[in-house]
Amino acid sequence: MRRPSIFSVAIGIVPFAGMCLSVSLWDRITPTVFGLPFNLFWLVLWIVLSSGCMALANLIEKSRRKDGGTTL
Amino acid sequence: MTPAGIAMSIIFAIVFIGSAVGFRAGAGRKMNLEEWSIASRSFGLLFMWLLMAGEIYTTFAFLGASGWAYSRGGPALYIMAYITLGYVVSFYILPYIWELGRRHGLQTQSDFFEKRYQSKGLALLVSLVGVLFVIPYLQIQLTGLGIIVQVASFDQIPRNASMLIAVSIVAMFVSFGGMRSVAWVSVIKDLLMILAALSIGIYVPIHYFGGFSPLFRQLVVSHPTHLLMPGATKTMGHTWFVSTVLLSACGFYMWPHTFGAAFTAKSGDILRRNAIVTPLYTLSLVFILIAGFAALLIVPGLSNGDMSLLMLARKTFPAWFLGVIGGAGALTAMVPAAIILLTASTLFAKNVFRPLVAPQMSEDKVARLAKVTVLALALVSFGLALRSSTTLVALLLLGYAGVTQFFPGVVFGLFWPRVTSIAVTSGLLTGLVVVAALMLTHRDPFHGINAGFVALVLNFVVTVLVSFVSPARQNPFALMEEEEGATAI
Repeated sequence: MRRPSIFSVAIGIVPFAGMCLSVSLWDRITPTVFGLPFNLFWLVLWIVLSSGCMALANLIEKSRRKDGGTTL
Repeated sequence: MTPAGIAMSIIFAIVFIGSAVGFRAGAGRKMNLEEWSIASRSFGLLFMWLLMAGEIYTTFAFLGASGWAYSRGGPALYIMAYITLGYVVSFYILPYIWELGRRHGLQTQSDFFEKRYQSKGLALLVSLVGVLFVIPYLQIQLTGLGIIVQVASFDQIPRNASMLIAVSIVAMFVSFGGMRSVAWVSVIKDLLMILAALSIGIYVPIHYFGGFSPLFRQLVVSHPTHLLMPGATKTMGHTWFVSTVLLSACGFYMWPHTFGAAFTAKSGDILRRNAIVTPLYTLSLVFILIAGFAALLIVPGLSNGDMSLLMLARKTFPAWFLGVIGGAGALTAMVPAAIILLTASTLFAKNVFRPLVAPQMSEDKVARLAKVTVLALALVSFGLALRSSTTLVALLLLGYAGVTQFFPGVVFGLFWPRVTSIAVTSGLLTGLVVVAALMLTHRDPFHGINAGFVALVLNFVVTVLVSFVSPARQNPFALMEEEEGATAI
């Protein structure tokens, strides 16, 4: 078993940038999207994107496990 | 029948059916400690998802989230962010915790600390702190149940009586059922909760306003800053948001019960895939927040925001559907309460009582003691719920400030061979002292920063510094023994 690769950790930081650290950029009401205030829409968007990021990180981890021939 | 009678009958029917399904699932299995507490490490993706969703989407998400949307506004958005990011963190730590659990036979969070740091004292501290800080979490569920019965019975059944009924049902359910039963009840709970969230979050805006846009347009006119941070508060601005989201995302799997859930998985890969699928479930929260915002316009002036979702439902829907929503709410309180009770009592019996009082105790006796502890803990949190008057979110934030102090010990324990037992203990104690000092003197948020986050940062600093000055020890949990050896940092 190896620690997570630097690439998959970097991908994990992306949702933090999108949903948390950048809050002052997206905490606004306009423009509304699908009738939702912009901040609410932004978080909905990032829930879906975060799931995508994790899927990508999982692919990276999976291919490493094949190369390394380790368990897990 | 009166509306109260109809709603209450439906709630009881749902609770009854839920418990019956749970008991059936557990029937016929040999109930040793491993089966009762972690379902013999047998859960695949579907059950894992059910258990994780079962313990995260609690009555807090149901009543607390809408309550904050109602009373605080914008700051409630932190809930969507931290739950999603909590799963992101889980992707990087849970598979490793699971793997070590399998190799070293770990069942609880305290087992992890004991085996990693070879320190009984630290393990004991972790157990005590864990049990202490899940009590507010348990209290959330009981308070939530009390609110549900109060609203659904049209104020005929007092909150205290309903909490007592609820706590008895939960304690019985846990003692006879075990973790497998709990995961099965989650099936019904999650289906009902999605139904309730969608019906309120979609029907209400259309019925009263003609859609989402007019609802929010009207809200912006009547409460111009409510949807932004700091919303209706003075202190919960962007700094608070960032620090609270970071704290809660790190703490997401530091609860004894969420940490312990990792051990129920069949493989570490299940936990990675779980981290991909589960964030999508957070989308149901959007509808619950929308319901809270709508309630501000439709049922304004409630003294307790946590009642807003149900008051809105009571005003909008016929009594039988209020019953369905109340039943969904009741299960969202009972399932997590059951999981928390189960984990906390196992922790107490196995990691506090046995090492301190009776080291030769057999596993069977530990299991029996754990079931007695269930009752004791249930009564303590009932007692606290009777007295307390804070909001559900405030209780959750208190718990997070406490349990997240485990985070450095867990992450360094997994990935940094140099970290020492004395360093983790000093860091943990520093964090707890800072949390207590800031919260008891009402300085949370501290200069706009979440007090628990301030404590977490100091905890990290102390852990790193003390690790460098204390003598290095062999790492019993070396992750990479096959290839790089334990030399890599």
